[in-house]
Amino acid sequence: MTDALLEVEDLRVAFAAGGREVRAVDGISYKVDPGRTLAIIGESGSGKTVGCRAIMGLLPTGTEISGSARLRGTELIGLSDSQLRKHRGSDMAMVFQDPARSLNPTMRVGKQITEAIRTHRKVSKKDARDQAVELLRLVRIPAPERRFNEYPHQLSGGMRQRVVIAMALACRPRLLIADEATTALDVTTQAQIMELLLELQQELDMALIFISHDLGLAASYADEVVVMYAGKIVEQAPAKRLFGASGTVKMRYTRALLDAIPHLERPAHTELPVVSGRPPDTSMLLAGCSFAPRCPSAADDCTAKAPALTEHAPGHRWACWHPCENGGAA
Amino acid sequence: MTPAPDNTAPADNDNDKQPLLSVRDLVQEFVVREAGGARGGVVQALSSVSFDIMPGETLGIVGETGSGKSTLARAVLQAPRPKSGSVVFRGKELTRLHGRSLVAARRDMQFVWQDPFGSLDPKWQIRSIVEEPLAAHHVGSSSSRRKRAEELLDLVGLDPARYAKRHPRELSGGQAQRVAIARAVALEPSLLICDEAVSSLDVLIQAQVLNLFERLRRELGLSYLFIAHDLALVKQVSDRVAVMYLGKFCEVGPGESVYKHPLHPYTKALLDSIPSTEPGAARGATTLRGEPPSPINPPSGCRFRTRCPRAVEKCAAEVPKPRELGPGHLVACHFPLTEEPPAGSAGSVPSQTAVPSVPSTAEVQG
Repeated sequence: MTDALLEVEDLRVAFAAGGREVRAVDGISYKVDPGRTLAIIGESGSGKTVGCRAIMGLLPTGTEISGSARLRGTELIGLSDSQLRKHRGSDMAMVFQDPARSLNPTMRVGKQITEAIRTHRKVSKKDARDQAVELLRLVRIPAPERRFNEYPHQLSGGMRQRVVIAMALACRPRLLIADEATTALDVTTQAQIMELLLELQQELDMALIFISHDLGLAASYADEVVVMYAGKIVEQAPAKRLFGASGTVKMRYTRALLDAIPHLERPAHTELPVVSGRPPDTSMLLAGCSFAPRCPSAADDCTAKAPALTEHAPGHRWACWHPCENGGAA
Repeated sequence: MTPAPDNTAPADNDNDKQPLLSVRDLVQEFVVREAGGARGGVVQALSSVSFDIMPGETLGIVGETGSGKSTLARAVLQAPRPKSGSVVFRGKELTRLHGRSLVAARRDMQFVWQDPFGSLDPKWQIRSIVEEPLAAHHVGSSSSRRKRAEELLDLVGLDPARYAKRHPRELSGGQAQRVAIARAVALEPSLLICDEAVSSLDVLIQAQVLNLFERLRRELGLSYLFIAHDLALVKQVSDRVAVMYLGKFCEVGPGESVYKHPLHPYTKALLDSIPSTEPGAARGATTLRGEPPSPINPPSGCRFRTRCPRAVEKCAAEVPKPRELGPGHLVACHFPLTEEPPAGSAGSVPSQTAVPSVPSTAEVQG
């Protein structure tokens, strides 16, 4: 056992919605080592965001959270809000999808960053200001002194996301969680922000978890990939093992996600391979594999008993009774 | 940017084929008001955009936020009306039509927007939503309209027995977008304008909706103006692709040709930014620096020159005219990424070294 920065074990999150229990996250376990990048991939409602919010302590009261999440050895699940506050910002920080909603539209961006610094550290206003300008420079914002005095609406989407990242980095966290942080951005800006995150990761020796629906992003930027479906991890492997010409995808679901991405190599007007249906309602108990109703290779045993997530090859875990041969490529 | 790219292509039977939609020199400007209503500046949202869409053809338009893609779609629809230029749809000049005649002309041109929940009335039943265009254009009797609505739901893959009486909030994003598509094809339009129609959907649902578009194209002979920021997606559905930057087309051509042999440095930069499913492929790739300049004061000459790695003095002084450098493949760049003759041999390799090519041949009227 090496010293993982974050160790998540059997994390479960359940909400009460409309008198029913929705099991948004249903027993997930993973580790993130210092300085590494983990991608958590899944569709809307797969529990990828809820799982990370549970670690950050950002879920509404009344949410049932169980299991364990240890950050540098400290158990986070069960901590009070004031205890968690000590870890948020300094140990871990999160960046969200919509930068416009993460920023106060009536406040100059510099002031917002200064505030973030002074909330966590006892520094003078002037020192905080200097640090804020330094942070803007760190996230490669041109003319940081001028931008310091601008309002969010004066910045483009990419610039706003940089400001949000600067705020998240204010206390030099050991772990940064980016929740669909580039989804709302243009493809060129997305590439810029991803490059920035990876550069900052190197400079600050940070671990990075990025949550996305885009397997392409995971293949390009992640060290390790976790694929979630209906609140569970269905496949987990190093990106190098999963993707590329010699990729060995084992889950039909991961394969389906990969195949559904439009490729430049695919001739125009060809039919994309699809799986029908949609993710199951996680408030209902399914006896077997939750992907079985949509899976092209589902058999009787799939609906009878749920396959457990097991390490079948070094570093490669999957939960399937009938894994793909040869990476499942058509 | 170019008059009739198709007519400049191999001239076989072009004369007996009229374009379905023909847009010429379309200009759209918006005045920005400063505090107190003072005139602040003019956003040049569209600057002299021209293109044709032939019957059954799909033209894809890609570009970054603020490049004018959606403005273009709306200007075609005359909502709001463009400042100048011409939009000829099925032989009718839309910019001169008003009132009922404009409504009648728009009947054959339908829209699918990005957010299905924003474009479906939350209080209406699905079948009423799909019926509405039929009622608005007085098509058939009330009972025949109801029957047609059910057929349409069936066409887009929603079981009428299960979904007809539901409300939009009871649907998933993909299902709601299917309802929006059913409504759009209700009047059997000849052109469907899709503005980021699948961008908000999950990748598996997105593939289902793309396949639906493809099926409707085959079965109903639809033409599409398909707008999206995702290049691979646009390539998947389009016959021809236009790349937009700051209100102008910088490159137009057959999909394969644009993607395999991009001629404009901006197209190349966009292609390089796509995350690949090859591990680590995108790392260290040359990503485009900076952000698009303001369309209020666009750069002189070539509008891309402020971010272009190949820009020289000429780019600031002269507006590049669109030139045809391959069959139907036009580029507006002084130093395109090829030195190949316009014959456009398949082996033409985009040269990495910035050797300015001599502006050869085939100057098409800009």
